[in-house]
Amino acid sequence: MSEQAEVVAIETPLPKKTHKPPKKSRLTLEQKKSIRGLLFVSPFIIGFVIFYLRSLIDTIVFSLTHTIMPEGAAAGFTREWAGIANFREAFTEHPTFTQELVDSLLNMSVDVLLIIFFSLFMALILNQKFKGRTLARAIFFLPVILNSEAINLAITMARAMMMGGMSPVSAEVVEAAGTSGPNLMYYIYMFEELGLPIALIDYVVEAVMRINVIITASGVQMIIFIAALQSIAPSLYEVAKIEGATPYETFWKVTFPMVSPLIITNVVYTVVDSFIRSPVVGLSYRTIFTLHNFSLGSVFSLVSMLAVCLLLFITCAIISKHTYYHN
Amino acid sequence: MHDVQDVKEMQAKQAGFAEKMKAKYNDKRFVNERHRAIRQGKDLLIMLFRTALVLGLSYVILGPLIGIVANSFFSNSDKYSPIVYLIPQNPTLERYALAIIRMNYWEVMRNMLIYVAGLTIIQLLVCSMVGYGFARHSFPGKKILFACVIIMIVIPSHTVMLPLYTFFMDFFGINLLGGSNAILGGTVPIIVMSFLGTGLRAGLYIYIFNQFFRGLPKEIEEAAAIDGAGSLYTYLFIMMPNAMPSIVTVTIFSIVWQYNDTFFSNLFMVSPDIVISKQITSLQANISNLDRIYDPAISTLYLYAGIVLVIIPVIILYVLLQKQFIEGVERSGIVG
Repeated sequence: MSEQAEVVAIETPLPKKTHKPPKKSRLTLEQKKSIRGLLFVSPFIIGFVIFYLRSLIDTIVFSLTHTIMPEGAAAGFTREWAGIANFREAFTEHPTFTQELVDSLLNMSVDVLLIIFFSLFMALILNQKFKGRTLARAIFFLPVILNSEAINLAITMARAMMMGGMSPVSAEVVEAAGTSGPNLMYYIYMFEELGLPIALIDYVVEAVMRINVIITASGVQMIIFIAALQSIAPSLYEVAKIEGATPYETFWKVTFPMVSPLIITNVVYTVVDSFIRSPVVGLSYRTIFTLHNFSLGSVFSLVSMLAVCLLLFITCAIISKHTYYHN
Repeated sequence: MHDVQDVKEMQAKQAGFAEKMKAKYNDKRFVNERHRAIRQGKDLLIMLFRTALVLGLSYVILGPLIGIVANSFFSNSDKYSPIVYLIPQNPTLERYALAIIRMNYWEVMRNMLIYVAGLTIIQLLVCSMVGYGFARHSFPGKKILFACVIIMIVIPSHTVMLPLYTFFMDFFGINLLGGSNAILGGTVPIIVMSFLGTGLRAGLYIYIFNQFFRGLPKEIEEAAAIDGAGSLYTYLFIMMPNAMPSIVTVTIFSIVWQYNDTFFSNLFMVSPDIVISKQITSLQANISNLDRIYDPAISTLYLYAGIVLVIIPVIILYVLLQKQFIEGVERSGIVG
């Protein structure tokens, strides 16, 4: 509320002061404008300093100290300088941390590639004119709307209970459902016999098996790509048509370059989004709030954040080299 | 002889016919027709491919949902009948009735909607203000501050969860007066954070508003300033009504993400009387313990009914605002 008052105070005397000598007002118009801008941004500055900057520093302090909770006390803890002992523990002693970190990063890189390709492809299709396009777009965006961690957890728990042998009949039904359908291994062997590289087969099989995850995770990216496609000036396509470009050429020479700036946006969004769901985040959450090992948990979240930032930095550096900026 | 002549005649006729056809084929009058036929064939193939793809992928998305909705109407006999698939023989609403009671549905849902709506309004006001400040004012350190917005988008809130927790645990010493954890367990932490522009995914909203306001013509503001409007007035009554696409986008994103959020509500231990997603996680256990329904196949049906009840409000909102939303994203400036 005080900000409003200040803004008004700066604002009101404008018309009357014009005939007075300008010496009286100490602030130039530029300075006034910049103060106004700072006032507009001020909530964010305060919030960022309190909640993010302070918290980041605090996390670093946590990771460099041992936290000792005195027995018998209801709350509170004392800190003791530990140097890099916590980091050493995380990397050399903790049984699963390094494995989960590497797993998460690898999965993330695989997922990002698939999600970007898939969402661009679907955006191209959903951008065409056909009957029921609005409905199709609505359906493809539905997973974003329904992506509730709580519901997923509840369903996972229900499945676990079902398989837990409490009801033999239903467990049998579930198993039977799992084995029906085409025998996947047969096709995998067939492609192996053809001499395709196993890494490629694994990647494709992995991608097909995760189709659900990929579709669910690419709703927002799809919408962003559709928006980008819509913002391409039609005159560019007209020129391409007059010059005799085939649709294939038009895609690579017009559509793709114009969409390419948005690829970085989508990569960032995808990486951050899939990082939140990754097991390493779950590990640090458990370490902090279930095991109450504040220092080790802080090390986990700090290291994984740095790893993700590094991954993002490298990918963005590679992509931005090949990005075409129209303006 | 006669035959040979006939054959020759025939051949000549045929050659003439072929030539005629060739001429017709190359005739400019029929070029268009030929192209049209090829194009139609291509279009048909593309359409078939597209339809198959869209239908198949839609099924992947809708399949589980259809299963959940259908199962929530199953009676016990339907669940174990081998001939029932998706369409129940003896549909029942009993699952919903019990799920509503056990989740305390109406009360919790009312609280939840108030909570989500309140946070969304706060986020809208604060984020649009900050975005406007970034877009239309120059001040020292602007670039660094905007980099902070980007940092906030990129850094997952999980990295800072522990300090946030300890910060609100002794919130300026208020807890010392009010006993243990007066702040945690309520809605205060997330409201404070939203007011300070650091709520759930606030960085993204600031970014969206900033991009949109940058795209609006400067003349609007200049005209307002000449007419004597203050900058707060300009922002509230002149810039905001022009930012409708961004407002719709941010509103839907904010409502949906806040509604589905489990991270902040778990971190700050918001009470299950407010957050409906906490009811859904414990629903199945509650029902099997309180109502003695021990068969997991049956108690799962209650869970499905509960899930349908929880997602209904978001679905209604999405159906109502779907068109504005997708158009809004297209014009809201995410694309820049």
